[in-house]
Amino acid sequence: MKLIAAMSGGVDSAVAAARAVEAGHQVVGVHLALSSNPQKYRSGARGCCTIEDSHDARRAADVIGIPFYIWDMAEDFHQEVVENFLSEYSVGRTPNPCLRCNEKIKFAAVLERAKAMGFDGVVTGHYAILKETPNGKTLNRAVDISKDQSYVLAVLNQEQLQGAHFPLGDTPKTEIRKEAERKGLAVANKPDSHDICFVPSGDNAGWLRDRLGSEVGPIVDQSGKKLGEHHGAYTYTIGQRKGLGLTTPTEDGSPRFVLKIEPKTNTVVVGPKEDLAITKIFGTNAIWCGPKASSDWAIGFVQVRAHGAALPAKYRELNGGLDIELDEPLLGVATGQAAVIYDENRVVGSVTISETS
Amino acid sequence: MSIYLDHAATSPLRPAALSALVNQLKEVGNPSSLHTFGRETRRVLEESREKIAKFISAAPNEIIFTSSGTESNNLAVKGLFWKSNKKIIVVSAIEHHAVLDPAKWLSEKESAEVIQIPVNSEGVISLDFLGDLIAKRGAEIALISIMHSNNETGALQPIKEVISLAGDIPVHCDAVQSLAKVPLEFIGLTAMSINAHKLGGPIGIGALVLKRGIDIPALLHGGGQEREIRSGTLNAPMATAFAAVLENYPSAAIAKLKEILISGIKSSIPDAVINTNPNSLPGIVNATFPGTRGETLLLLLDMEGIACSTGAACSAGVHRPSHVLLAMGRSEEAAMSSLRFSIGPDNSESEINKLIEILPSVVEKARLAK
Repeated sequence: MKLIAAMSGGVDSAVAAARAVEAGHQVVGVHLALSSNPQKYRSGARGCCTIEDSHDARRAADVIGIPFYIWDMAEDFHQEVVENFLSEYSVGRTPNPCLRCNEKIKFAAVLERAKAMGFDGVVTGHYAILKETPNGKTLNRAVDISKDQSYVLAVLNQEQLQGAHFPLGDTPKTEIRKEAERKGLAVANKPDSHDICFVPSGDNAGWLRDRLGSEVGPIVDQSGKKLGEHHGAYTYTIGQRKGLGLTTPTEDGSPRFVLKIEPKTNTVVVGPKEDLAITKIFGTNAIWCGPKASSDWAIGFVQVRAHGAALPAKYRELNGGLDIELDEPLLGVATGQAAVIYDENRVVGSVTISETS
Repeated sequence: MSIYLDHAATSPLRPAALSALVNQLKEVGNPSSLHTFGRETRRVLEESREKIAKFISAAPNEIIFTSSGTESNNLAVKGLFWKSNKKIIVVSAIEHHAVLDPAKWLSEKESAEVIQIPVNSEGVISLDFLGDLIAKRGAEIALISIMHSNNETGALQPIKEVISLAGDIPVHCDAVQSLAKVPLEFIGLTAMSINAHKLGGPIGIGALVLKRGIDIPALLHGGGQEREIRSGTLNAPMATAFAAVLENYPSAAIAKLKEILISGIKSSIPDAVINTNPNSLPGIVNATFPGTRGETLLLLLDMEGIACSTGAACSAGVHRPSHVLLAMGRSEEAAMSSLRFSIGPDNSESEINKLIEILPSVVEKARLAK
C-alpha cells in the first residue's frame, strides 16, 4: 500500500513509519505544521509543533529512508481544534483536544488529502490495535495498557478506521524505545509528550484567561452562599479540588470540590466529595467504531478520561446518543469529555458527555 | 527518472568548476603568506578575481569575495546604510529576503525608514514611484537596493533607469540570479551582489562588487583581507571554480526550453496563469494552478521524480504565500497555488515534454486533495 506516515518528531511516530516500511508499504513521511507561528525550541514535554520537532521528524525520515514533507495544517487545526477548545470551555464544558485532532485533522483532513493524492491510508504512532474482521476493522486497546490510546481514537468511524494504520499497538513502549535505538533513530530517548500541544507554557488556565477574559465571578456552595471569587469559571474543571482559594473552611473541615460550572452566571458551585458521585451518563454525538450499539441494554465498560479506569457499566443507544449506567458511583465527571464504551478490549464507540446524574 | 527543475535554488556543479575546484584543493598556501606557496595561491586567486571583474565590466579591486549572495547583500545594505548619515533605505517589494531582512533589521535596531517600491502585475518596479520619491525625499535616502532579476518570477528590472534616476544616491543591485544568464554590467552601480552556485559553481562563494574608493564598515573583522571589508582566509579553490563557470552559459538553449514549457502549460492546463513576463531570465517559469495547493503539487511532482519549488519557504519548511506574487497583486489563494520551475544547462527538451505530459494529471489530483 501507499501510506502517509504522520511524523510528529517523536519516537512513536518514527518507529511506526519504520515498521510500515518494513511491512512492505511505500511510505511518505509528513510532518503536520499545526501552528502558523511555531516556537523555535521544544519546551517541557511537548512533542510536536516546534521547529525543533519538525527537524527531528525530518532526520527520522532520513534514517528510515523515506521522502519527507511538511504539510501546513495550521488553519484547519486552529478552526477545528483550537476554536472548538475555546468555545467548549466558554460554555462550561471540558473538551479533549486530542480526540478532536484525531477526528478532524489526522484522520479527516490529512486522510482525505492523502487519499486524493493516491495514497491508501495514514500511519501514526498511536498505541492501539486494529483488527480485520468480516464486518470491517475493529479498534482495540493496545497491549501496553499504560500507553493505550484507544480512548483518544474512539472518535473514528468505520471509514476513518479503514484508512488508519497503528503499527505499535502490539508492543510495550519500552520496547519501542529500544527498537528506535536499534534502528538508529535519534529520537529514541526523547521525552514523551503530554499536555496540550498548543498551550506552550503548559498553563491552561492562564492560556484560557488570556483568550476568554478573566471576569470575576462567585464561588458558591450548594445553597447559593458565596464563599469566594474566581477569575473565569471556565478555568475550573468538575471534580477540581486545588486552586479554589477558599478561606472559610467547611464545618467538619472536609475539602470542597467543584461540582458545577454555570457559564451564564459565571458561577462555580462547590461542595463535598460525595456530591460529585454520579451513576448515570448521557452523551450525544455518538460515533460507532464498528456496528451501532443496540437500543437494548448491553453490558460493557465505560471510560471517561484518557488514562482513566474502565468501569463496568450497561449502555444502550438512545436518540442517536448513548445512555450509560455505571455499576458503581463515579466522582467528578465533566461534561464535554468523551465517554468511550468498550466490549472487553474492543472499542464500541464514543459520545460527548452532555448530562450526568 | 529524475528531472531537476530547481536551478534558481541551486544548479548542479558544472565540470569546469569541479575540475578547477579539485585541482586547486590539492595545492597548499594561504594567499596572504609571503613565501612561494602563498604567492602561487595568491596568483590563482587574483587571476580568478580579474576574470570575474572583466566579465561584469568592473575593476579587479572592486571584487570582494564573500561566502554567499546573502552575505554580499547584508554587507551592502548594512554597510551603505552605516556609511551614510541618511535614514531612508529604498528597496523593491519583491527583493529576496537577504535584502528585505537586513533592511527590516536596520529599521528595528537603528531606526532606518524602509520604503518599498511597488511592482506592477508583471512583477516590474514602478519607476514613477521611485522618481517621485527621489524628487520629494532624495536628500534623505541612504541607498537604493533593487534586484537585477527576480528569483521567483524571473522578471528583469530596469536597473539602468534606476541608476539614472538615483543621481548621486548609492545603488546596490542583487544580481545573483542574473550573472552569466543575461547581460550584466557593474557600470553606474555602487554595489552589486553575485554568487557562483546559481550558475553551476560551488555553494559557498559569492562576491560583493563594490565601487573603488567606497569603503563600508565590515561585518567580519580580522586579518584585513579584501580592502579590510571582509576578513577571513582567502579561498583560492572556490574563487577559481567561480571564475570557471562564467563563460558559455547556454542561455539561448535554456530560453527555448522555457518557451516550450510556457506554451505547454498554456495548452494543457488552460486556466493556469503564467506569472513570468516575456522580459525575464531565460530559465524561470512561475505559474499559478487555480484550485490547488503548491505544496501538494510539489509532493506529487517529486514522487514522479520532478523537482521544482513553491517559492519562498520559511525556516520550518512551511509553505507561505510568496511576497513576490502578493506584491504583483495576486491573491493569497493564487500565491499559495503557484510553482516555480527553473531550467538549467543540464535540462533537455524531452525532460520539459515529460513535465508537460505529467502536469495535467498532477494538477487534477492536487485539485481533489485541496
